[in-house]
Amino acid sequence: MFDNLSGRFNEIFQQLRRRGKLSEADVDAVLREVRLALLEADVHYSVVKSFVTRVRERAVGHEVSKALNPAQQVIKIVHEELINTLGEPDRLNLSGPKPRVVMMVGLQGAGKTTATAKLAKILRSQGERVLLVAADPYRPAAVKQLQTLGQQIGVDVYTREGVKPPDLAAQAFDMAQKSGVSAMVIDTAGRSQLDDALMQELQAIARRVPVNETLLTVDSMIGQEALHIAEGFRDSVKLTGLVLTKMDGDSRGGAAISIRSVTGVPIKYLGTGEGLDALESFDPRRLASRILGM
Amino acid sequence: LGVSEINQNTWDDLEALLVQADLGIETSTDVIRALKQVVVENGLTRSEELSQVLKQELLNRLLPIPEPVLPDQKPLVILMVGVNGSGKTTTAAKLGKQFANQGKKVLLAAADTYRAAAVDQLQVWGERLNLPVVAGQPGGDPGAVAFDAIQSAAARGFDYVIVDTAGRLHTRYNLMEELKKVYRVSGKALSGAPHAVWLVLDATTGQNALQQAKAFKEAVQVTGIILSKLDSSARGGMAFAIQKTLGLPILYAGLGEKPEDLEHFDREAFVNGIFHN
Ligand SMILES: Nc1nc2c(ncn2[C@@H]2O[C@H](COP(=O)(O)OP(=O)(O)OP(=O)(O)O)[C@@H](O)[C@H]2O)c(=O)[nH]1
Ligand SMILES: Nc1nc2c(ncn2[C@@H]2O[C@H](COP(=O)(O)OP(=O)(O)OP(=O)(O)O)[C@@H](O)[C@H]2O)c(=O)[nH]1
Ligand SMILES: [K+]
Ligand SMILES: [Mg+2]
Ligand SMILES: [Mg+2]
Repeated sequence: MFDNLSGRFNEIFQQLRRRGKLSEADVDAVLREVRLALLEADVHYSVVKSFVTRVRERAVGHEVSKALNPAQQVIKIVHEELINTLGEPDRLNLSGPKPRVVMMVGLQGAGKTTATAKLAKILRSQGERVLLVAADPYRPAAVKQLQTLGQQIGVDVYTREGVKPPDLAAQAFDMAQKSGVSAMVIDTAGRSQLDDALMQELQAIARRVPVNETLLTVDSMIGQEALHIAEGFRDSVKLTGLVLTKMDGDSRGGAAISIRSVTGVPIKYLGTGEGLDALESFDPRRLASRILGM
Repeated sequence: LGVSEINQNTWDDLEALLVQADLGIETSTDVIRALKQVVVENGLTRSEELSQVLKQELLNRLLPIPEPVLPDQKPLVILMVGVNGSGKTTTAAKLGKQFANQGKKVLLAAADTYRAAAVDQLQVWGERLNLPVVAGQPGGDPGAVAFDAIQSAAARGFDYVIVDTAGRLHTRYNLMEELKKVYRVSGKALSGAPHAVWLVLDATTGQNALQQAKAFKEAVQVTGIILSKLDSSARGGMAFAIQKTLGLPILYAGLGEKPEDLEHFDREAFVNGIFHN
């Protein structure tokens, strides 16, 4: 797949050798392939459309630099635009009174619980006193899962059987405040953006505790719906960041572009494995190349 | 598809519809090519005439499999495989419930000894559904769990053994080798086992689904696909490419998190879901 695409671009490079200003024909020849590459990477159809239009506007008439042929020049512009869209990696906002609260949200099976533990591990290594909150009473053994992970990294996990997530979060917050906890990470249940009751539950949590960060956790293998899902979560809760999981596979991760484009929230972490050290900040350059398949 | 003459806009709209349903650009282009031919052959001019043709074209691209065809074996061993978080454990429980409702004796095998509380998760399902669970130790050998479960099911006269395995990305060589071992060991516990290998695919997955299906089929001879989370807003269009490239039937659709939320795959409903979501 990857070689294929580089090969396809190379073919265009061979064909276009003229110097001077980029013509519409030069640009369109390359953008046809770019469009395919982005769609194959699961970037949303409408996002691809506006992206290609934007690049076209920028590229046509652009001076071809001495070092590059016209196709390479267009690719360079594409790459730059992708990097701009992806934005710089952003850190967690842990300002304000303690404890600072991070809430993980997302679809079922995206990787929230795992990312919760990974994040706790990072925070603790930065000297924070961390408490995990097991606010998924629905999935069988979800609480046990978080407790097991908490044990592995030596971080306490707040659980109360039969207590609804907003109450649970409030109780955990009280306890955290009293016991000098500086950062609290809430693991919530997987939910669809279309599930009103469960989306209201997230809002209720956010009313009960002051949430610093609401991180949308998204499986990097996700397809076109990423856009609507992100919009749905954004419309219900104030998203502040994105975690893209399972990046250790061979998915191209085009959802990052779609989600970034519609929500504007920065990408904060990439999940790169099942182990609890596998949470990384991202390099826009590398991610752009991966999405393009180059 | 609006109500008007068929023109370039119609085809553009159609492409947008299909790509957004995750059919992928290649399959979408292929479908449109086929439709253009039908339009010419039948002299269609109005875009509203296209819907029916499109529906039929999509239906033709899915195998008609009303019921999974399972060999007459006792116990019948089903291996559940797939990438992380796709829905294997939940689907194993749902299947267990369906078979039990048919009066079968079902044993669940918790062969995910890796993920935190994966065994507990299946055990909770077992308790809720009143199905026995054979489990290994956390960190233990998944092959040994499958082996013990199959042997004990044979000795105790069970009809089905459903083996839940750990999620793994298809690109992870060691983990795929481990899965192959579970497959081989099952055959040692009972000749011919596993009789079915079902790949659980998350319907929200995009183009990566094809790579997943290819790799799992190559590793452990997948015999059918279960499309989970079809109740989500995603439409699961990558099923077409998988069907075409790998010839694997889509057997079941997962439609929620409750044990009864599993249905035999219904082509009509699936194709309708691509139009209205
Ligand atoms: N390979 C890989 N697996 C991951 C990654 N993040 C999570 N996983 C795995 O994905 C699966 C689902 O992860 P969970 O953390 O349980 O997902 P969740 O979002 O909490 O799931 P629900 O609570 O059911 O909605 C597990 O098997 C994890 O081990 C990652 O970055 N890479
Ligand atoms: N909405 C919906 N959720 C589902 C469906 N099937 C499973 N889930 C949810 O998806 C999440 C992951 O399901 P699991 O059964 O744990 O997935 P798994 O493949 O066993 O995960 P790992 O063992 O970690 O690889 C859970 O929150 C399930 O409740 C479905 O058909 N619809
Ligand atoms: K759907
Ligand atoms: Mg979870
Ligand atoms: Mg599982």
